[in-house]
Amino acid sequence: MMDLAALLAPLTNSHLEEMASVAQQLTLRHFGRAIQLYTPMYLSNFCDNHCIYCGFNKGNDIERKRLTLEQVRKEAVFLSEKGFQHILILTGSSRSESPISYIIQCVKILKEYFASVSIEIYVLTSQEYKTLIDAGVDGLTIYQETYDREVYRRVHPKGPKSDYQFRLEAPERALSCGMRFVNIGALLGLSDWRKEAFATITHAKCLQDKYPESEISISVPRLRPYKGKLENTVKVHDSDLAQMIMACRIFLPRVGVTLSTRESAKFRENVLPLGVTRMSANSTTAVGGHTIKDDASSQFEISDQRNLTEIKQMLTAKGYQPVLKDWMPI
Amino acid sequence: MQDLLIIGGREIKNRLFIGTGKFSRKSLIKDVLDKAKTDIVTVALRRVDIDSSDENVLDFIPENCQIMPNTSGARNADEAIRIARLAKASGCGNWVKIEIISDNKYLLPDNQETIKATKVLAGEGFVVLPYMTPDLYAGCRLVEAGAACVMPLGSPIGSGRGIKTKELVQIMIDEIKAPIIVDAGLGMPSDAAECMEMGCAAVLVNTAIAIAKNPVSMADAFSQAVAAGRKAYLASTAKGDTLIGKASSPLTGFLNE
Repeated sequence: MMDLAALLAPLTNSHLEEMASVAQQLTLRHFGRAIQLYTPMYLSNFCDNHCIYCGFNKGNDIERKRLTLEQVRKEAVFLSEKGFQHILILTGSSRSESPISYIIQCVKILKEYFASVSIEIYVLTSQEYKTLIDAGVDGLTIYQETYDREVYRRVHPKGPKSDYQFRLEAPERALSCGMRFVNIGALLGLSDWRKEAFATITHAKCLQDKYPESEISISVPRLRPYKGKLENTVKVHDSDLAQMIMACRIFLPRVGVTLSTRESAKFRENVLPLGVTRMSANSTTAVGGHTIKDDASSQFEISDQRNLTEIKQMLTAKGYQPVLKDWMPI
Repeated sequence: MQDLLIIGGREIKNRLFIGTGKFSRKSLIKDVLDKAKTDIVTVALRRVDIDSSDENVLDFIPENCQIMPNTSGARNADEAIRIARLAKASGCGNWVKIEIISDNKYLLPDNQETIKATKVLAGEGFVVLPYMTPDLYAGCRLVEAGAACVMPLGSPIGSGRGIKTKELVQIMIDEIKAPIIVDAGLGMPSDAAECMEMGCAAVLVNTAIAIAKNPVSMADAFSQAVAAGRKAYLASTAKGDTLIGKASSPLTGFLNE
C-alpha cells in the first residue's frame, strides 16, 4: 500500500511523465489498443435521498418521471440501431417508484436488444442482486461517492443512502452472488482527491483479491454542475485526475478504468493512453433523454456531447479500436 | 518432404497462430494475417457481433484461415461449454480454443475446469485446443479427455516476458505425444524461435504483434522466427542443457567389432 501512496503523492511534472510512460505500456499490454463503449439510459429520476451534490435530490423542484415499458423499448431500439451493445441503466433512488419488479421488466426488454446490461441504481440486498443477475443483469456500477465518513454524513443528510456501511458493502454483496462486472468509484470533488483515490483503488484491490473471477473496474467521476448548490467542494485539477488514472493502472494493471462524458472531449482524448479502457458516448442524464427532448429532468450537465459516430471516429483517428460488443448472454 | 503439423485433420504449414484482440483497427488484422501467411487464427466470441451492420472481425479473416473461436470470459467449464456451442451455432466451425480464467488478477488458466470442458466438447465433436498452465499431469489428462493439442502458457497473458515456464514446457514436449503449442507471454520473435527450437509444434501470439508500432512487420518477423526455430529443431540444435545427444556415427560401435 506504500507503493500506492507514493504513486498518489504530489509529483513533479517529470515524475508524472515517467508515470505516464509506464501506465501507457501497461495499458497496451493488458488491454491493447481497444476501448469498450457504452451508453447510459436513465429510467427514472424519482428519489428518496437528499444527496446535496445531485440534481435528483428529493428536495429539488424538478419534473419527476419514470419511463413506461413502451418508452424503454423505444430507447432500446434507438440505441441498438446506433450500434450500442453495452447499456447502463440508471434510476434515482426510489424503491417505491422504481421497484425491483419494474427494473426486471426493463431488463427483460433490454436483453432483447443488448449484449450486456449493467445497473446503476439504489443499493440492494444480496437476494435482490441475485434476482437481477438471474434476470440478465451482468454488471453493477456503484459509487461510494466519498470514502470519508464525515463528509459522507454531511452530503447525505437523510434518506436510505445515509447508511455508509450498507453502501460500502454493496459491491461485495453483488460479487458474492456472481455479478460478472463491478465498477466502483468516488465522486471526486467532495473531499481530498488523494484520499479518495487511495480508498477507491484499495477498495478495488480488495474486491479483485476476494473475487478474482469477476472483472473489477473503477470510474473517476468529477463533480459537474447540477441543479443545486454545493459548498465546500474541492478542486480536482486535470493533472490530479490523470495522476489517479495512472496510479490505478500501475498499481492494478488489469483493472479497467471508465471515463465518462462528465469530462471534456479534449481531456478524454488526452488521457486515453494513460489507462482508460472504457468510455461512454451519446450520453444524456435525462430520463428517456435519447428519444425524448427534455433537459429539465437531467441529473447533471455532461461535458462531452459527441455521439457514437463521432466518438468512434475520434478513437480510430487516435489509433484505437472502438469495441461495441465485449460480452454476450451465455 | 514437407514438414506439416496436423491438427483436427487439417494440414498446417505455418506454425505461427495469431490472436485478434488488442489491434488498433479490425482491418489491420487482415494485413497481419496476409503478411504472416497464417493458417490458424483465434477470435474471442465475446467480441464477435454477427448481426451488427458495423464491421465484423470475421470479415477480415482470409478464407483459407482456420478460425478458432476462443472462450475468453469463461470462468468455469460450464461457461466455456456454452460459449463453444454458441460459437458453433454462429457458424464459426467446430474448432475451439478453451480459455477458462477464474482469476482476473493474473489471468492464469484453470486446468481442472479446462479438463472438464475439454472432455464434454471433444465428446461433441469439437476440435479442442486447450489453453493451460504448464503441468505434465494436467497435459496428460487433457489429451485423455480428447484435446487435439495442449497449449501451455509461456508467461502470463500480455506480459511479454517470454518462455518463463521453459523447464515445465520442455517436460511436456518430451512426455506428451500430442502437439505442444506455447500460447501467451511471448514478447519478441526470439522468444518464439526459442519455443520452436525446444520442439514446440507451434506458438500462438497476439499482444506482441497487436501493440507493436508496425504490427504487420512484427507478424512477419514472428513468422520468420517460428520457421527458423522449427528448422533449427529439425536440424537438431547443438545448444542445450542435456549432454545426451545422438552422434552422427556411433561412438561405441567399435565394441561390437
